[in-house]
Amino acid sequence: MRTVAVVSAGLSNPSTTRLLADRLAEATDRALRLGGEQVEVVHVELRDLAHALTDHLLTGFPSGPLAEAIAGVARADALIAVTPVFSASYSGLFKTFFDVVEPGTLEGKPVLLAATAGTARHSLVVDVAMRPLFAYLRADVVATGVFAATDDFGGADAITPRVDRAARELADKVVGRLPVAAVADPFAEPVPFEELLRG
Amino acid sequence: MQFGIFTVGDVTLDPTTGRVPTEQERIKATVAIAEKAEEVGLDVFATGEHHNPPFISSNPTATLAFVAARTERIILSTATTLITTTDPVLIAEDYAKLQHLADGRVDLVMGRGNTGPVYPWFGKDIRQGLPLAVENYALLHRLWRETDVDWQGRFRTPLQGYTSSPRPLDDVPPFVWHGSIRSPEIAEQAAYYGDGFFANHIFWPASHTEQMVGLYRRRFEHYGHGSADQAIVGLGGQVFMRANSQDAVREFRPYFDNAPVYGHGPSLEDFMAQTPLTVGSPQQVIERTLGFREYVGDYQRQLFLMDHAGLPLKTVLEQLDILGEQVVPVLREEFAKLKPAHVPDAPTHQSLLESRRVAA
Repeated sequence: MRTVAVVSAGLSNPSTTRLLADRLAEATDRALRLGGEQVEVVHVELRDLAHALTDHLLTGFPSGPLAEAIAGVARADALIAVTPVFSASYSGLFKTFFDVVEPGTLEGKPVLLAATAGTARHSLVVDVAMRPLFAYLRADVVATGVFAATDDFGGADAITPRVDRAARELADKVVGRLPVAAVADPFAEPVPFEELLRG
Repeated sequence: MQFGIFTVGDVTLDPTTGRVPTEQERIKATVAIAEKAEEVGLDVFATGEHHNPPFISSNPTATLAFVAARTERIILSTATTLITTTDPVLIAEDYAKLQHLADGRVDLVMGRGNTGPVYPWFGKDIRQGLPLAVENYALLHRLWRETDVDWQGRFRTPLQGYTSSPRPLDDVPPFVWHGSIRSPEIAEQAAYYGDGFFANHIFWPASHTEQMVGLYRRRFEHYGHGSADQAIVGLGGQVFMRANSQDAVREFRPYFDNAPVYGHGPSLEDFMAQTPLTVGSPQQVIERTLGFREYVGDYQRQLFLMDHAGLPLKTVLEQLDILGEQVVPVLREEFAKLKPAHVPDAPTHQSLLESRRVAA
């Protein structure tokens, strides 16, 4: 069983960001099943967690559903992260979520990045804003980033080939890897004190 | 079981009046609060340690020695002593001196501190916080138990033939608790030495405190200090009370909403649901506090944070009256009924002296 977490930072309902996230999730699901894997998709809709995210910034701990969302991302074998473009970059809400995910959570995790915007003028946001963030988080980001402007949702179908290519790249990174091990629990197996004393 | 209060010594604007106390008012108020704590029958007064405005809690031993001179019975403690950035040689000297002045009414809670720049101000590297806590305490532990100490470590100048003075009162080192909000390494440290573990308990959900205390108890047993349920556990807590619970909520809400630590974040109601904060009637505080035992087991010390977020002195003293008259007597009786005979009380100077006599 492979788990794919889909983090979507769209604010309106219905949201084109969520629409793109769903298409990426479906394509990844298909690609993984073709590779013989069972798949579970976990959706994290950041709009529902907006208050909890602000509370976390102020109190230092995640409340119920946010704690579950963070744990869901940590447990996932792959992550699809999709943001609307706000002021030439990812949205503040999107960044806040990745600010409160514990350091190390995304290290080596296969990640597919995608963004939506009103016009194609923002199409480099995936590469100039999102990629550096996920490089810092040491994620293993697939080569194809998917950007969709409003126009892409009508007219000639330009999105599907990109969605499928990115999803195949993500599935390729997952297949053949060991499933994500249960996240090490420092409460179950503490570092023995003699080791701490040695420094 | 011991009951008491702990303070962080914040100088905070009272959001209902717009008034900020002067530093001297806050320092004197801290002493008045400590004296009141003894008067209403509490067992412990603990002060935090900060080295930056808006706090007045630097130099905690001066405050505690002053309180010692004006009280007779209450145990003086810390919440917490910065074991990372304070020279362990100075801690050894200062708190041994305090023990003598206070006739043994002294213990300490070690902590790492949560203000980043304090590390560079005192010549330390915050990224070394845990190794500093481990090495400094290992040295402090020796200094209170050995003379002519030869020592070399990574973080301070080596010692040759150093004897900390004065020696601990009756050669009984102050009992030490280790405090932490979220580091399992500190629970491990407390367990290794057979010291107490103090869970902050006020900023994080109960489920987290349960994990930390559970780890400490298991490892306490692992290191051979007794069974897990004999480990020495302290908890923080935070309450505001009025006879009528709606009055308590109405009066405390502006302080909560503007509190320096969590203000402008979750609602009072959400925070009460997510953390052990209780705002309501004395009966509600009694019920909630008795419930802590269900997830940490039988424990030895309960401290409440009563004087922060700009609450005026008059209100804090009223709160202490309610705590001492209506809450703690009931808690004492109920906890005592529930506690099995093999679970020890928190060590005091007298009890440590007594166990040494028995062992000799």
